[in-house]
Amino acid sequence: MNTSLAADGLRKRYGEVRALDGFDLAVAAGTIHGLLGPNGAGKSTAVKALATLIDLDGGAARVAGLDVRTQGRQVRERIGLIGQNAAVDEILGGRQNLVMFGRLYGLGKAAARERADQLLARFGLSAAADRAVSTYSGGMRRRLDIAAGLIRTPAVLFLDEPTTGLDPRGRNDVWETVREVAAGGTTVLLTTQYLDEADQLAAEISVMNHGRIIASGTPEALKRRLGGDRVTVTLPSPDALDVLAGRFANATVDAAARTVTFEVGSGVVALAEIVRVLDQLGLTPEDLVLRRPTLDEVFLTLTAAGEVAR
Amino acid sequence: MTTLRAGWVITLRDLAHWVRQPWTPIFGLLFTIMLLLVFGFLFGGAIAVPGGGDYITFLLPGMMALSMLFGVEATTTAMANDARKGITDRFRSLPIGSASVSLGRVGADMANSAVELLVLILGGLLIGWRISSDPGSVALAVLLLLFLRFSLLWVGIFVGLSFRGEGTTMAVQVLVWPIGFLSTAIVSAETMPGWLGTIASWNPLSATATAARELYGNPTGITSGPLADGAVWLAVAWPLLITAVFLPLSARAYRRLRL
Repeated sequence: MNTSLAADGLRKRYGEVRALDGFDLAVAAGTIHGLLGPNGAGKSTAVKALATLIDLDGGAARVAGLDVRTQGRQVRERIGLIGQNAAVDEILGGRQNLVMFGRLYGLGKAAARERADQLLARFGLSAAADRAVSTYSGGMRRRLDIAAGLIRTPAVLFLDEPTTGLDPRGRNDVWETVREVAAGGTTVLLTTQYLDEADQLAAEISVMNHGRIIASGTPEALKRRLGGDRVTVTLPSPDALDVLAGRFANATVDAAARTVTFEVGSGVVALAEIVRVLDQLGLTPEDLVLRRPTLDEVFLTLTAAGEVAR
Repeated sequence: MTTLRAGWVITLRDLAHWVRQPWTPIFGLLFTIMLLLVFGFLFGGAIAVPGGGDYITFLLPGMMALSMLFGVEATTTAMANDARKGITDRFRSLPIGSASVSLGRVGADMANSAVELLVLILGGLLIGWRISSDPGSVALAVLLLLFLRFSLLWVGIFVGLSFRGEGTTMAVQVLVWPIGFLSTAIVSAETMPGWLGTIASWNPLSATATAARELYGNPTGITSGPLADGAVWLAVAWPLLITAVFLPLSARAYRRLRL
């Protein structure tokens, strides 16, 4: 794997709190990686450490092939950091912000202006370019924030909870943007508390709790770790629920909802079997649903297991 | 990207704020003018200058020194706000030298203070303040005032970076008043109770105010003591000392953002 982000045993303490406690991560170049965890799991600390903003107590990390501890300046040439609050100047206009950041990235006046106009057009902000950012909607502000991180087309883009506090439209805007950025070859590390966000965007997800990664994999693989698929059968009357449930292992009856839910290894094989049994019993289901476990279920199970292990 | 050039870009950002929100600097200037009028006309009639001389001529250099001190508040607020809003972190994630952010602040605040001085000089001349010395001395007075501002800038940067809460700005807003008034900026130390006069004389603000008075050829309100003999030297030494203490502390505070 061509890794563009690699962290090995990162440690960072704040007094008694171990914000990073053996944090490991490997992200393939050009992919979107979701770092998922509850508040206080250490996501922001991990991002700040990888973006060279804070000193580590231990461990080693490489970003775009460069050591974050000894080659900070070169790392900063190749990354974009979008922090939790939209860190753009609210008094200035959108164009002024981008020109300023462009010049800070070393572009000349004319080049910075040209790049600003390109980015404004790309992020649908051209019409608002000269308005003060304080008049922007949350989604627009976030897009400007992301645009400022893309001035030099970074090798790695860090996004720390980019959709927190946005309305659904703003969130969709940001998702669209993140997909485009990754399609352009930039590696994206995105932290989020929203499971559907990671599911929507990320090729791989790492679940974080108490300063370390407790599970990693594709969204599909993580869901499979929870014991496979679920098949839910709804019957017209509750009478036959127990009979049906008795024919399989791992069945849960919900009499009020007139459903039986089966945990099955492979949904498609099980589905055929269930339909055959229903036929044998002379039952006609009202509804028959095959679904994967949700990431919420994955997350709760993993963090609960983590708590027990501690 | 050199640190200096990045600092200049960040200075330009602050200057652009003036254009976007001109009322902020205009109110700052109006406040200075208001203070000048309050002391010049409202209280001034009741204030005598030891050693003789017109109060307005005594007051003006003091007001200039005072406005250099009051500028600390703007520095602190700006540094604390940027740190709190994540803008400082954004700057820190860019490939620019670590001194750029502070240099940008220095550039913007020095420009602001220079304009404030100019307004005070022009306003003062309008209400009867007079300069009775040579251009070289006047230039030196202005430089000493700006040097005081430069040294106090580092106090503001240090405080703004170290204590980022909203309360910090309030604390600085409140503290500049007793510090400013416990000096010879507004009244001569010789009219104060002995011990208070001693403290006021050793206030760095007093050194700069007295030096400026001497250099403009204005009454100093001082008839004896260390300020009578070496005000200009003290007006160099105090800001040097303040800078020597608070510039490294500011650099340390900036590095401590990494903790």
